[in-house]
Amino acid sequence: MTSLSAKDKNTVKAFWAKISPNAAAIGADALSRMLVVYPQTKTYFAHWKDLSPGSAPVKKHGATVMGGVADAVAKIDNLTAGLLNLSELHAFTLRVDPANFKILAHNILVVLAITFPNDFTPEVHVAMDKFLAAVALALSEKYR
Amino acid sequence: MVEWTEQERSIITSIFSNLDYEDVGPKALSRCLIVYPWTQRYFASFGNLYNADAIKTNPNIQAHGTRVLHGLDRAVKNMDNIKSTYAELSVLHSEKLHVDPDNFKLLADCLTIVIAAKMGSGFTPEMQATFQKFLAVVVSALGRQYH
Repeated sequence: MTSLSAKDKNTVKAFWAKISPNAAAIGADALSRMLVVYPQTKTYFAHWKDLSPGSAPVKKHGATVMGGVADAVAKIDNLTAGLLNLSELHAFTLRVDPANFKILAHNILVVLAITFPNDFTPEVHVAMDKFLAAVALALSEKYR
Repeated sequence: MVEWTEQERSIITSIFSNLDYEDVGPKALSRCLIVYPWTQRYFASFGNLYNADAIKTNPNIQAHGTRVLHGLDRAVKNMDNIKSTYAELSVLHSEKLHVDPDNFKLLADCLTIVIAAKMGSGFTPEMQATFQKFLAVVVSALGRQYH
């Protein structure tokens, strides 16, 4: 597992500053896509009335998830410590299989490409991919 | 045997008929080499890959990216036979090129992202699902003859 270089962190912070006004919409779109493209992920949301793209629970939860990502950006220098509470939540309460973090990350990247086709260069892509992988690792810390 | 609905077939043909292979192919391949640098191991003879700019402007990478897209075209035209269409290519990638088949998925993900950037919101969740299903079948066929 690689750690984030100073260049990675700066790239992530700069790109995040650009995209954060759209964070909730990005989260909603990414989550919508995940539920459609990877139907097995719907098993975690059987308690929602409506799992269709852009539905109210999907929008709300997309915003929640991106709030977590924003928090991770702010705590990028120590993700393990910074995301401890979220890790406990995912490990003991939600019990999301960590393979799904990768799936959601992929869909976030797809939405970033759609929303920011010129800014989401390969250089930004690699930094964001590494960052989301580091977030996933921090979230998995408390699992076992 | 992979089942395709009429809608899935028309989504795939529509995506590919609106593509400039000479633009999308090189973009996808160079993105793969930048985002997953270990994939550069297969292109040692291609010249300068020392940084992102060198990769993006390398003429061998551009030519190869275009070739890969034209290779995908064969699957588009033979959607009911992708496994047999790619049998020879699978042997080539295994026996001659010695490519780890996990790398096919990495290139597929980069291609998805390049297409998403190009199509914008026109790349709906349904189109993404169909496109990724298509690429998964291609990836599986390319790995089929490894032993």
